[in-house]
Amino acid sequence: MKALAALFARELRLANRAGGGGAMGVVFFLILVTIAPFAIGPDLNLLARIGPAILWIAALLSTLLGLDRLFLSDHEDGSLDLLEMADTPLEAVVLVKCLAHWAGTGLPLVLAAPLFGLMLALDGDALWGVTASLAVGTPALTFIGAIGAALTVSLRRGGLLMAILVLPFTVPALIFGVSAASAASGGTVPFLTPFLILCALSLASMALAPFAAAAALRSGG
Amino acid sequence: MVFHQDLSLHAHELALARGGRRLAQGLSFTLKGGEALLVTGPNGAGKSTLLRVLASLLAPASGRLSLDGAGVEAPGLAAHYLGHAEALKGALTARENLEFWSEMLTMGDFGLSPDEALARVAMSHAPDLPVSYLSAGQRRRVAIARLLVAPRPLWLLDEPATALDAASQTRLAALMKDHLASGGIIVAATHADLGLPARELRLGAKP
Repeated sequence: MKALAALFARELRLANRAGGGGAMGVVFFLILVTIAPFAIGPDLNLLARIGPAILWIAALLSTLLGLDRLFLSDHEDGSLDLLEMADTPLEAVVLVKCLAHWAGTGLPLVLAAPLFGLMLALDGDALWGVTASLAVGTPALTFIGAIGAALTVSLRRGGLLMAILVLPFTVPALIFGVSAASAASGGTVPFLTPFLILCALSLASMALAPFAAAAALRSGG
Repeated sequence: MVFHQDLSLHAHELALARGGRRLAQGLSFTLKGGEALLVTGPNGAGKSTLLRVLASLLAPASGRLSLDGAGVEAPGLAAHYLGHAEALKGALTARENLEFWSEMLTMGDFGLSPDEALARVAMSHAPDLPVSYLSAGQRRRVAIARLLVAPRPLWLLDEPATALDAASQTRLAALMKDHLASGGIIVAATHADLGLPARELRLGAKP
């Protein structure tokens, strides 16, 4: 347990040090949300209607941006070999690395979402809905992405391949995330129905991804 | 710190392969606590592959491998592996790197504190400097200090003297002798003389 706590602290520290890229995701998120109204035009009703979708797509792309470094830097400097030789199971190491990665990159997106939602003319209910759906949905993106990151860890320039591998599997989270966010501001679907499915997607990916990613890392040798 | 007296590493008819290519076969040896094995041979003979197999990072193509007396299932769980990559994070200081690895690699007991370990490799002047500012030899010395912060009986060293100056090589030899004196086992792949009483395993050249 102490080893895992030390790992969590190290990951957060690395994300916040220079070159760690912890803040990059939020800045990228901000840029995507900012350029959407320029492309769509200043129609406030339209923006408010598609705002949750823009926020979700921006969150998805920002999450992918940092994910290729999840195992790659440890693979390159040899840390991954030593983590495999530790007493702690590699599955637990992967779980903790993913949780720390989410705390460093996913959580800031969630906290920034209400602010950025204002720029897309979302009202109070929609702001609350999109923030709640991102809070429970972004872990699914991180964990699904971790499998792709582990599979491509030994490839040069595996980042793009990882995005291509991972994006199709994030579609369910995207669908239920956006529909939960939209349902919060009215509509025929009750909020809880897509929201609970989104929770289930996150929990299921959290349970499965550590095993899949650890198996991929071991066979990468 | 003294390791279990019945410690022994057995390899029986090991065969090594990398990328589907057979590198070596029929490797058998037994090392007891306090013994060292130098693995020599030309480039590409399989020295690093043998160390990675001993570290349980690769599976042998065939053969059996066991470490008795350490209370672990796979030899890798009781081994320190010092490879070409130093497993140090450039953004963290030497002390932070060592603190992390001592928590991660400990088998229950803790060895020297990070500051003491850095003193043993003559790096105590730079505990708070980010590792990315250190030279190649200094990084190597910090990586060697990692072997001291979490006692593990089996040391697997891949070219440990790379980039080290003469004084550091002498210190490394002294550290390795201390490890053998406390009942540990060392397997080192090397081209250089490490100043260690050791048996030699010569891997053949490939045509």
